[in-house]
Amino acid sequence: MTAAVPVVNRFPDSRAADREPYSIGLVAILTTVVMLFTAFTAALLIRRTGDDWARVALPGIVWANTLVILLSSAAIERARAAVRANASQRAAGWMSVGALFGLLFLAGQVIAWRSLAAHGVFLSSNPHAAFFYMLSGVHGAHVLGGLAALGWTLGRTRAGAYGPARHAGLTHAAVYWHTVGGVWLWLLAILSTL
Amino acid sequence: MSTSRRQTAEIVGLIALFLGLTAFTVVGFARDWMPPVASRHGVGVDGVIHYLFDATGPVLVLGALVLSWFLWRYGRGRAAGSPATNARAEFWWSIVPVIGMMAITEVGVVVKGLPVWHEIYAKPPADAVAVEVTGQQFEWIVRYPGPDSAFGRVAPEFVSKENPAGLDRNDPAARDDIVLRNQIHVPVGRAVNLRLRGRDVLHSFSVASFRVKQDVVPGILGRTLFVPTTPGRYEIACTQVCGMGHYRMHGAVYVESPEEYRTWLQHQTGWLQR
Amino acid sequence: MSATGDGGFWTRYVFSTDHKTIGKQYYFTAVVMALFAATWSMLLRLHLAWPQSQWPLLGKLFPGLYEGGVLLPERYLSLVTMHGSVMIFFVISLSLVSGFGNFIIPLQIGARDMAYPFLNMLSYWTIVPACLLMLGSFFAPDGAAASGWTAYPPLSALADATPGEGLGQTMWILAMALFIASFTMGGLNYITTVLNLRTRGMSLWRMPLTVWTLFIASIIGILAFPALTAAAIMLLLDRLGHTSFFLPTGLVMGGEVLPYHGGTPLLFQHLFWFLGHPEVYVLVLPAMGIAFDVVATHGRRPVFGYRTSVWALVVIAVLGMIVWGHHMFVSGMSPYVGEYFSVATVLITAPFSVLALNLVASLWRAELRLTPALLFVLGLMAAVAIGGLGGVFLATATSDQYLHNSYFVVGHFHLMIAVVTFFTIFAGTYHWYPKMFGRQMNQTLGKVHFWLTVPSVVIGFVAMHFLGMGGEQRHLYDPTAYEFLRPIQWLNVFISIVMFVAAAAQLVFLGNFFGSLRFGARADSNPWQGTTLEWTTTSPAPHLNWGAELPVVSRGPYEYRTNGVPSGYLPQHAPPLEVARATVSAS
Repeated sequence: MTAAVPVVNRFPDSRAADREPYSIGLVAILTTVVMLFTAFTAALLIRRTGDDWARVALPGIVWANTLVILLSSAAIERARAAVRANASQRAAGWMSVGALFGLLFLAGQVIAWRSLAAHGVFLSSNPHAAFFYMLSGVHGAHVLGGLAALGWTLGRTRAGAYGPARHAGLTHAAVYWHTVGGVWLWLLAILSTL
Repeated sequence: MSTSRRQTAEIVGLIALFLGLTAFTVVGFARDWMPPVASRHGVGVDGVIHYLFDATGPVLVLGALVLSWFLWRYGRGRAAGSPATNARAEFWWSIVPVIGMMAITEVGVVVKGLPVWHEIYAKPPADAVAVEVTGQQFEWIVRYPGPDSAFGRVAPEFVSKENPAGLDRNDPAARDDIVLRNQIHVPVGRAVNLRLRGRDVLHSFSVASFRVKQDVVPGILGRTLFVPTTPGRYEIACTQVCGMGHYRMHGAVYVESPEEYRTWLQHQTGWLQR
Repeated sequence: MSATGDGGFWTRYVFSTDHKTIGKQYYFTAVVMALFAATWSMLLRLHLAWPQSQWPLLGKLFPGLYEGGVLLPERYLSLVTMHGSVMIFFVISLSLVSGFGNFIIPLQIGARDMAYPFLNMLSYWTIVPACLLMLGSFFAPDGAAASGWTAYPPLSALADATPGEGLGQTMWILAMALFIASFTMGGLNYITTVLNLRTRGMSLWRMPLTVWTLFIASIIGILAFPALTAAAIMLLLDRLGHTSFFLPTGLVMGGEVLPYHGGTPLLFQHLFWFLGHPEVYVLVLPAMGIAFDVVATHGRRPVFGYRTSVWALVVIAVLGMIVWGHHMFVSGMSPYVGEYFSVATVLITAPFSVLALNLVASLWRAELRLTPALLFVLGLMAAVAIGGLGGVFLATATSDQYLHNSYFVVGHFHLMIAVVTFFTIFAGTYHWYPKMFGRQMNQTLGKVHFWLTVPSVVIGFVAMHFLGMGGEQRHLYDPTAYEFLRPIQWLNVFISIVMFVAAAAQLVFLGNFFGSLRFGARADSNPWQGTTLEWTTTSPAPHLNWGAELPVVSRGPYEYRTNGVPSGYLPQHAPPLEVARATVSAS
């Protein structure tokens, strides 16, 4: 049925050749992420009008985690700078550091959960605690997704697939990673003040 | 049958179909399906519904006539004139319906609807009869404040078979509270200020004849207001799906003359005093 | 990913990344789910017409649903819930948006495939477990979810609230989560494909309206679905983690006070309808888009007001995002907020009138070819007119006070998101079947299908409005339980009978559909003399859609009966007239 079709580039004569097709997909993904956390924020603003709303003191480690995720983003930016300077191996190094910090962030979040639980604050103890567990959990899932993207681009970097002129995949992973980091700053801001 | 005659027959059939469906809709709507209205604001609600019918019905008929004309004129294999549209035709074809529909609908919402809407959610008058209705699977618990005109304290932990309203025995105001199941008695012509409580899932308190419908939301003290105008018995229905017994969660409002109501009320004793 | 499509059976038909195969997979999945959901609705109609009658045979066929030949009240609610959820998300969304969308977008914009073929395959294979979870939930210990397709808590959050709210409801939520994931992947793909993969010359203003509507529906989906995701996560935590997002203080169940505090059930309703209302447009807009394409091709004229239609779509999309509260007029929401939602909602009648009337005006000076595809679009016009005007009664807060949650609502939303969409699914099927399978469906059977379907479903759903005017509420297991509804019970009998006719008519369609796969007349590449790009390739279209050269576009999508051209229409890829004349004179 299809044997007569020659093997061709999927997009030889469309606009894709001179435009990066994945960037619009990235914008769409980021839109869903932002809308999801906007919905959660709206839910929190409504729920906090309940008379049982009381802020739980967040474990101190969340501030350390925040620093870690910021450093992670910085490392990814160093990696991008290295790729622009055509230094693939240095870039791979910085990417590893960034990913490692990402893992460290997740480990820190788990420690924060355990610390809260040790103080007798559980998911169902208090609405603020429920939001903290839920939002950090949903955020953590997005961080895991980001780590998968970083892992994949790390492999590509190692293989020398990126160069000064061609590193869209790395840029997209980085943009996603920074956005997810930014979402955490936002979540921490509302969870520690509202 | 030749092709063109067959196509003409099909077109005639289609026109008959669309005019028939329109006629079915318009004639059907024109029939008075609603149970006779028995509340003061209900007259206003019916007024809005009738206004919308009077305003949109002709639009529907006009649309069907235009569609039929297009089918008759252009459906029999004879193209007529250039189909190229021009900006002018598009503009008028859009702007007239836009203004028309906006006028019809916003008049319905604002001019016709808003005063009635305010009547439903108005501040209750001083002489209003206060009644509290609690929806629970699958019955309506009705409470009157009793001679002291004050609702006593209720709490979920006191709810039991013997104490369906969950009255607090330690609250003096609760002692004379009258509790009934699935029946409400009100005098004709006086406003009824209904407090709505829920304690398990969502329910919706509705009495079709009064054009009253208000969801019962656990955690929120709801309220609605109506003035019954005709004595009689009117069915209460739950209109928010609430579980397997949803269909049999009904009750009745008895609208009585002021004398009957007074007599009835005098024969009631507080739930905790029985 | 540079698969040529000549792999084995598995890569070609099962784990295919070809958009046409995936589109057909979605379509066939929707057909299977539709058979289930339609069967359920027939059981419901049978019970509603004769609520006291016994049906021993059905009791034998569906032992879990019937007892002593009578449908059980808790199973009635499960069937309603599953009918609604499956029809909206797993039949109409899957066939109209995912099925036709996947099949037609690359073909109409001149792309070889979707932008992310692998993601496309993944999105289909995410839907399959979602379907299985939905259907499998009937085998949960106390049955399938019974809280309606809107799944309002507390009913949907408390396992003991009613049978079906245990494992069944949990499976429902998980199935919905998978659906959202799949639909988001699809939307991502549509947006990227439309923006990036259009062939040379295919500017946005040259896209067929089908592509426009699917594109805008995808954007709405991307913006609105996350709210339902958030609601589903919180509902799941309330159910399994004993949080109190939606559960207030003082709930009493089975004589015991439940340990929940301070939540608010209305929060769920806001989040749900922030998605739920735009979802209506996710379904209705592509239906309108397909209707425009069909009416242009079979009416042999350019659509009336192409640009105003696109702008109307944009306005509908924007307004559609800010009017969700009109589903909550009597929910206990502030009456002032209700009034805002009412004023804003009826604004939508303006752009929607433009869209619908442009469709009607596309018959002006047309040259109608009465194919089944065109007939169903004509039927759609009737349904849009009645359904749209009926919606005004519900959008007006004051009249909604009486009509809310009545059969008026049931009749209205069936006209808008069941009849309008199904008529377009039929129209689209008759229209694109040749491109999908290389054969024609039987046109006479198609007309029989039309003449049986359109009168019965429109009459049936219009009659439901009358039931609602009479005060009959939805989700009602036994209407005769209410004295004031007994005088109009004959309407239920009437509606059930016309719906049985409507359902039987679909057997004609299914027979025609599957029979034509084998016995249909072979179709050439452009059987309808259409102008859009899908008609430039063979029927069925090959893998990667075109040979070595992609078509290049030099005009808008609907150039029919163009003056001076003998064949009467100019396909989008036909060279500009000056070039054509130059070529003729040179030779």
